Amino acid sequence: MSGPAYNFAYLNEQTKKMVRRAILKAVAIPGYQVPFASRELPMPYGWGTGGVQVTAAILTPDDTLKVIDQGADDTTNAVSIRSFFSKVAGVETTEDTDSASIIQTRHRIPETPLREDQILVYQVPIPEPLRFLEPRETETRKMHALEEYGIMHVKLYEDIAQHGEIATSYAYPAKVNGRYVFDPSPIPKFDNPKLDNSPALQLFGAGREKRIYAVPPYTAVKSLDFEDHPFSVSGWDKPCAICGSTTSYLDEVVIDDQGGRMFVCSDTDYCKKRRPA
Amino acid sequence: MNAPLLQVSGLTKNYGSTPACNDISFALHPGEVIAIVGESGSGKSTLLRCISGQMEPSSGAVAYTHADGRVTDLFAASEAERRNLMRKDWGFVHQDARDGLRMGVSAGANIGESLMAVGSRHYGKIRASAEDWLSRVEIAASRIDDSPWSYSGGMRQRLQIARNLVTAPRLVFMDEPTGGLDVSVQARLLDLIRGLVRNMKLAAVVVTHDLAVARLLSSRMMVMQNGRVVETGLTDQVLEDPQAPYTQLLVASVLQA
Amino acid sequence: MAPILKIRKLQKTFTLHHQDGAEIPVLENFTASIEKGEAVAISGSSGKGKSSLLKLIYGTYRAGGGSILVRHKRTWADIAQAEPHDIMDIRQHTIGFVTQFLRCVPRVPAEVVVAEPLLERGEEESAALRRARELLAHLHIPERLWHLPPSTFSGGEQQRVNIARGFSARFPILLLDEPTASLDKKNRKRVFELIEEERGSGTTIIGVFHDAAERRKASDREINLD
Repeated sequence: MSGPAYNFAYLNEQTKKMVRRAILKAVAIPGYQVPFASRELPMPYGWGTGGVQVTAAILTPDDTLKVIDQGADDTTNAVSIRSFFSKVAGVETTEDTDSASIIQTRHRIPETPLREDQILVYQVPIPEPLRFLEPRETETRKMHALEEYGIMHVKLYEDIAQHGEIATSYAYPAKVNGRYVFDPSPIPKFDNPKLDNSPALQLFGAGREKRIYAVPPYTAVKSLDFEDHPFSVSGWDKPCAICGSTTSYLDEVVIDDQGGRMFVCSDTDYCKKRRPA
Repeated sequence: MNAPLLQVSGLTKNYGSTPACNDISFALHPGEVIAIVGESGSGKSTLLRCISGQMEPSSGAVAYTHADGRVTDLFAASEAERRNLMRKDWGFVHQDARDGLRMGVSAGANIGESLMAVGSRHYGKIRASAEDWLSRVEIAASRIDDSPWSYSGGMRQRLQIARNLVTAPRLVFMDEPTGGLDVSVQARLLDLIRGLVRNMKLAAVVVTHDLAVARLLSSRMMVMQNGRVVETGLTDQVLEDPQAPYTQLLVASVLQA
Repeated sequence: MAPILKIRKLQKTFTLHHQDGAEIPVLENFTASIEKGEAVAISGSSGKGKSSLLKLIYGTYRAGGGSILVRHKRTWADIAQAEPHDIMDIRQHTIGFVTQFLRCVPRVPAEVVVAEPLLERGEEESAALRRARELLAHLHIPERLWHLPPSTFSGGEQQRVNIARGFSARFPILLLDEPTASLDKKNRKRVFELIEEERGSGTTIIGVFHDAAERRKASDREINLD
């Protein structure tokens, strides 16, 4: 079989080098958004072009790749990206979190604890956490540079004023290594504690916005909060309807036309392994 | 005599080859209110922007003396230091409240942001301060969660003042604080500003074209024309015994009105 | 007795730039020395600069030449040369002025208007207000008005609030500019009682008065500008 002659992992070597430089800088300055020359990919923005470029730049022929979308390995986005790399890099792919060396994710962190020899690559739509209140990029860069982060609490203040609690439930801002406030991409805030002190390297790629940032292994990530409204995550009052887990993140699934619904693990791999054989 | 709070020396700002402010020097002492008057185009707003650190002058210096006696040369200092100063020690009241407020968030958040910017992280305390300040600027505490868009012009201006004063600054810059408001609303606002400035022992630089505002708020005046200061003095001196031809014209035209 | 105010060769001319630079001479080479505790009446015909002299001493008018030395905080300050900042200090501690008209601040209650000079000096609020209410009562301002802003008062009431304000803080030197103008007999008497009280406590008084009878009543000597 002789397919089209793609370079390994689709991007040319020059581009991968450029992306790797950005990644190295991002790792050196945890939480800092490093600009990079985002390339066109054979998929639209919003499909994870940032994550794909990061993955392409770090991928080696020996890697095993897992791709999840909202925790699931079997959604269109996840399947497409997996088959993309399978085709252009010929790497092995997997749905098993433990066997993966690189996990590209959209909007979740796997329930299975990650290891030092794993890299988690996030797809990021909007990397700038300050944009909600300050649309000017020149100003937000200055605010990061000078650690002027008071404004971040304005959104949390508004939450409490309106809802009696911090209602922000995803893309919950956090401070990395005591310095940069960052947007952990639209993962549920349920996953924020997993960001903290993780043994795995965590890389974030925003294709449309042309930014890469990182949380190196074993780096402190502290979710923002108020002294009298500390950061907290709430669980569910029912276990997963399939595997019975009481500690995982659950999705609500509508099961019939009568409005019947059930709650199941969003991490399909985790759920599958817990299921009785 | 204490060191001046703000010492402006030889400040010049050119737009191209045209000087908007020409070689201006003055000192402002703690607790003192100075009014800069002049018609539009006289350079008073440019001067205000320069001395408040928002615009770099072409030449000249602005020195600020901190509460602990330390002196910061505004334009020799790092931007971080300058912004820190603006956040902690200074306030700036814009003519158009929309420029000074964050219109997308509630009134309470507008006041709270100033506190959060200087490190407050206790929601209950922030909210209590916001409520206290709303009442001090005569806005019902029940309006705390409303958007500034739902406020009248006068209320927005009072909210902007609360947002500026909640951190107890030492120096406040005001650019035509009552401009664009109805006369009756102006009077109330002026009264309020006057009371707050006195009670908090604030120093202030007020830019206005309105001599009545200057008379009510300031103890000292600077009259500007074509980028130059043509006359300075105590407010009653300038208004009752104007020396410069331009000041005489200005005072006379107001009294006839 | 020691002098408290020494005026040397004081000169004042108004130049009206918009009337072809017309020059209106007010004072020419005026010299006077006033002792501590003296009560001096300034007399002279209309337009001779009686009020102007008071305003020059207070620093409202800027001297064209000469000096106005005042004993301020154990030194001599020359008002003719002083920086605005120093004049403010002199006004806060050394020279008081009872002017003819009250400059109203729209929403400040009468008792606070009267207490303000004391408050500015840093005096305790309750004591300042107590003194203010005494003066308002003394000048027949009905108690129901004390909490209201004087901008709503009649002309006579405003003038009495103004006098009360002028007398509330004690100054070493008190300037009076026709304090009894537009007052009825009953209130005029009250104002003279206040002047008497000040003189009794050693205040130096420099005043312009309505007529010769008032001048005799309120002063030890006269300086005539004619």
